[in-house]
Amino acid sequence: MSGRQEAKLAVNPIACSGHGVCAELLPELITLDEWGYPLLADIPVPAHLARQARRTVTDCPALALLLTKPT
Amino acid sequence: MTTFAQQSSQPTAGGQTGSSTRPLGPGHGAGQSEPRPISRLLPPPGKPALDLGAHLRRHGQVPYRGRPGQLIEDVRVAGLTGKGGAAFPVHRKLSAVLAAQGRPVVVANGAEGEPASAKDKALLLLNPHLVLDGIQLAAEATGASDAVLYVTLDAEKAHWLNALIAQRRSANLDRLEVRLVAAPHKFLAGQESALANRISGGPALPSFAPPRVFERGVDGRPTFVSNVETLAHLSLIARYGPSWFARAGTPDEPGTMICTLHHADGRVDLTEAALGTPLSDLLDLGPAVLANGDDPLSTPASAVLIGGYHGAWLPTATAARITLANAALRRHGATVGAGVLAALPAGRCGLAETARVARYLALESAGQCGPCRNGLPRIAGALADLADVTGGRRPDPALLHDLDRWSGLVYRRGACAHPDGTVRFVTSALRTFDAEITAHRHGRCTGTSNRAFLPVGNGE
Amino acid sequence: MDSSSTALWYVSRATGVVCLLLFTAVILLGLLMSRQGKLPGLPKFGVVHLHRYLSLLAVSFITVHAATAVADSFVNISLASAIVPFVSKYEPFWLGLGAVSLDLMIAVIATSLIRSRIGRRTWRAVHWLAYACWPIAIAHSIGSGPDVQHGPLLWLTVACTAAVAIAIVARTAAALRAAPSDAQIRALLADSHTRNRTRIGAAHR
Repeated sequence: MSGRQEAKLAVNPIACSGHGVCAELLPELITLDEWGYPLLADIPVPAHLARQARRTVTDCPALALLLTKPT
Repeated sequence: MTTFAQQSSQPTAGGQTGSSTRPLGPGHGAGQSEPRPISRLLPPPGKPALDLGAHLRRHGQVPYRGRPGQLIEDVRVAGLTGKGGAAFPVHRKLSAVLAAQGRPVVVANGAEGEPASAKDKALLLLNPHLVLDGIQLAAEATGASDAVLYVTLDAEKAHWLNALIAQRRSANLDRLEVRLVAAPHKFLAGQESALANRISGGPALPSFAPPRVFERGVDGRPTFVSNVETLAHLSLIARYGPSWFARAGTPDEPGTMICTLHHADGRVDLTEAALGTPLSDLLDLGPAVLANGDDPLSTPASAVLIGGYHGAWLPTATAARITLANAALRRHGATVGAGVLAALPAGRCGLAETARVARYLALESAGQCGPCRNGLPRIAGALADLADVTGGRRPDPALLHDLDRWSGLVYRRGACAHPDGTVRFVTSALRTFDAEITAHRHGRCTGTSNRAFLPVGNGE
Repeated sequence: MDSSSTALWYVSRATGVVCLLLFTAVILLGLLMSRQGKLPGLPKFGVVHLHRYLSLLAVSFITVHAATAVADSFVNISLASAIVPFVSKYEPFWLGLGAVSLDLMIAVIATSLIRSRIGRRTWRAVHWLAYACWPIAIAHSIGSGPDVQHGPLLWLTVACTAAVAIAIVARTAAALRAAPSDAQIRALLADSHTRNRTRIGAAHR
């Protein structure tokens, strides 16, 4: 288990149009800044949120939210 | 060629031009020191630009190595880093492109979107063959099958460069034909993914990375992007070797770089300086160390901007004690960047200058990313507000909190480093012009002149 | 006409009408999403989920619609003609339009299901075909039979068409009105009261 990196959330800021769906679906890790763009927690996605994180990525209307692959 | 060279190197700011003749720091490398003044890239003062014949007599033919990859070790030992601002080790970039999948493209980046920098334009006018040699060598080292020179063009310049390229082809110097691609006059034109997009036929707008251009760049191919000055250094390393390269500079940062100097008296020059040269050798910063600290009125310069518009302001007294080397500059939040060194004249308001540049930077945002598109204009607006004390007006102190918050909101939230560099520039200004801010909050400004100092291109 | 054939024919027509409603709802929701809108009472992700589930529901209904039309023996519609445009012996043109619409729908929905694998650009490019799919489906329904050519079903079709047309016009107007970024940026730069909360949207989306 040593040295294994967990998946992290990332956003493609060019694709992101500030829908805000991600913040609704994953409020534990995503909030919106004062302009409506996502602020992502800079921590690996905890195991109990992994499934919800994957769903949130799928649900982004702009396909801008990403999960970096765990190594 | 000579007349062209004499009207060359017009830096974008108003002011006289000319190559500097000031003596430059001795090399610290092993072996003999570099003769003064250093003229590896820029011709010695008073000498004209080299035409092809003179270039070949001075440096010989392009020293092809015979196989991709051979040159990379020499570049590694020489310690060559990029001269476009990021100072990335060149050998690593070459290796990465060589190892990537697909037929690589080499791009010489002469876009020079930084308004305060003139070194790339000057180099292409004064010593284009070193750059063109570098392109061929980089192409061989990466196994590239296409080469591009990306530079802002007008009809005359395009004609002249194409003639040079044709001359080299007919002399059988170049193995790859170099294609000229016009860069727009935009700050971000030289950003690596914007460059790749432009050369691929689209607009010069950055893309989200990964993948980086060394993996997928022009037309989806691995792309080696290098500043034109870096390629010139590379062509000299290929001829004279890494030990020669290290005769100037410091052990950790060998070599030389071309700097654009904006002097406090309004002159703008270009100088080739060894890394490690004290900044006070390059700019007149007044008495080197003042016994009683930094009294702004006793030096010709009230502050120094280092690196460019993504660089950092430092107080004059600090700048007077440090050298042109990242090792020394990083401790103060600065880097050599694109080699811009500007001494803000005493009597100019640093906040007003910063506000003007910040406005330019906001207008130059690609506008693709929400945080940058929203944050940079607000930051610029707040700075303009802070700088304005006409009629004894007192800016709202809450603006400083807003600036802090917005800086935090844009940092690293764009697809490129534009918001990051802008934040670095603005944050250093707020730190360096702290006393000025206090004065402004009481409705006073220490500046005695409203004239603009730093250039902001053809915009407002 | 035997009763099972009649039943199949009715089911086909009925599911056709349901598809009209579902497709209309799906495209209206899609237009709403592109304006980052929401439905009253529902969170934003509600629009996303509704758009997706209704389109999958539409797949079921369209399958029944096509299958019953093929199975029905009163008119000769082969399986192939449900998917391959213009090869049917019965009403080749109008039915062909239905096949075109079905093909486009399959492309849009299939790419949406695997969109994280095919990349944003490809997915978006194919998704635009939805704007072609819908009117072709409407044309198919009008031309294929007398049902929607008069009476309440005609009004339903007109209403759906009007709703979609209005939504498209509103969407386009909103995009143009979202002042080109340049103007908004300059306004912000000039304004000393920099704490306004208007979000600067992208100029072209």
